[in-house]
Amino acid sequence: MFDVGGRGDKSFNDAAYAGLERAQKELGITFTTLETGEGSDREAQMRQLAAGGSQLVFGVGFLFTDDIYGLAQEFPEVKFACVDYTLKEGQALPPNLVALEFKEQEGSFLVGALAALLTKTGKVGFVGGMEIPLIKKFEAGYRAGVKAANPKVELIVKYAGTTGTAFKDPTKGKELGLAEYNQGADIIFHASGSTGLGVFEAAREKGKLAIGVDSDQQAEAPGFILTSMVKRVETSVFDSIRELKEGRWQGGIREFGLKEDGVGWVYDDQNKALIPDGVKAKVDAFKAEIVAGRIVVPVQ
Amino acid sequence: MILLLFLAATLRISVPYTLAALGASINERGGVVNIALEGMMLNGALAYVLGAHFTGNAWMGVAAALAAGIATGALHALVTVVARADQITSGLGINLLAAGLTKFVLTQVFHSSSNSSRVVGLPTWDLAGLVNLPGIGQVLATPLVMITVALVLGGQWLLFRSVFGLRLRSIGERPEAAATLGLSVSAYRIAGVLASGALAGLAGAWLASEQHSFTDGMTGGRGYIALAAMIVGKWSPFGAAAACLLFGAAEALQITLQGSRFPNELLQMMPYLVTMLALAGFIGRAVAPRAVGVPYDPEEQ
Repeated sequence: MFDVGGRGDKSFNDAAYAGLERAQKELGITFTTLETGEGSDREAQMRQLAAGGSQLVFGVGFLFTDDIYGLAQEFPEVKFACVDYTLKEGQALPPNLVALEFKEQEGSFLVGALAALLTKTGKVGFVGGMEIPLIKKFEAGYRAGVKAANPKVELIVKYAGTTGTAFKDPTKGKELGLAEYNQGADIIFHASGSTGLGVFEAAREKGKLAIGVDSDQQAEAPGFILTSMVKRVETSVFDSIRELKEGRWQGGIREFGLKEDGVGWVYDDQNKALIPDGVKAKVDAFKAEIVAGRIVVPVQ
Repeated sequence: MILLLFLAATLRISVPYTLAALGASINERGGVVNIALEGMMLNGALAYVLGAHFTGNAWMGVAAALAAGIATGALHALVTVVARADQITSGLGINLLAAGLTKFVLTQVFHSSSNSSRVVGLPTWDLAGLVNLPGIGQVLATPLVMITVALVLGGQWLLFRSVFGLRLRSIGERPEAAATLGLSVSAYRIAGVLASGALAGLAGAWLASEQHSFTDGMTGGRGYIALAAMIVGKWSPFGAAAACLLFGAAEALQITLQGSRFPNELLQMMPYLVTMLALAGFIGRAVAPRAVGVPYDPEEQ
């Protein structure tokens, strides 16, 4: 087992870890984890896990894509799984590699619809981290949700940058958030890692709302987080281990969307005061449409 | 109003650049290269959060940030001035050390590899209703903004009008000549590096105070931008501050215009383009202090 960014990120890696712990409790597996630093030692550490007798090695995050692809071919007897694997056109996955993909666009669609139904200014915002197809998926889904719920609502989109730093620059995030609020947005959805903490800071300063991402982020700025678009990385990790245990593990692409409960949005005691029942019902109706396949959410 | 908001964003973005670039100008004038700004700033940011977290007082956070910056500066001075090791290598080492150390302390104290819990930020100083100015008042009334302006003025005076500055600059140009006049090359260089550490620590305090928290790697390369500003500003506090405002304005413009009709890729390039253009000609030749980067060894003279 393996992860980047490290445990304690209150997001992605912690969710993956929770999946491991659940598998340990319910399925009786044992696991080891390694944390990577920046860049180069990633492949070496993962090789260590593959060579060390692990049955299934996880890479948590799109950064593992190239390394895991190479190692899967080198170690055909070991199984690999990669969360957010970046699929390349024309590249066939080796049979011992599963790409765990999330339909972020579907969850983003729902929070987009929610934002469009709740905005008082007629403008909503989006702050992305690094400008890459993965984050564009969030933007595209969000945009589609906004337009579906109210075509008159305007969307302001800004990105933090074009390098990995764009995911961990809250100072930049705050400026982007302030700029969007100043331009009239009253709800901003961020898909930008810890850069988004700056967006929350801007929401506090302006007394506006923000939407969290990946995990439930309400605790970061209580009262200023409308909801969060959650990716259930935990579920994907646990399912993958269970399938291995039950002997029905398969390589290839596994997609987790609204239907599989792999993505969703937070609605609980903490935020339900912000969301009228009628609005909740409309968002749920959109969800049903997507699950039934009557709405297909674009990815770009 | 749009213009005032733009100016406010420019100021907010420029403050950490300016503090760090001011410090770098001082220590490079003394002949020591300081690419450790990034690490000094990062340590300062974490120290601010620790100070504010344990005392509940933002000014204690600032004091801790200054102390952390000075301590990091002392390490750089020890390696480069006392041990006369390569200055670039020392700077890189300090940046790596700071990245690892801050993450370690973050996980130990706050049990998170991503960010600290929330701490108090610096209050605003309401001088003569300054804070009520539309758009920009909030920024102008922030104590660190006022302090930064004062430090730039003071830094310019120190380097170009004071005896200390004259001696420091002579050491950055011809240390052997300064030594024959009886000046201690090491003492002046150490003082320069410590001052730079303190200022970079203060830059870190600004970042953390504005966010009310520390985030892993939150300096995001700002130390290197400050270094570029120092060069564009020709190693003078006024010049460096002007360059920082220029960089800050480019970034603020990029942030403001994003999402409009301008192609995003072009906008993302803008701050770098401004730097390149500034370096390539608008400001004329930027000449570094003659002895910068060269360890001073009296026995080789």
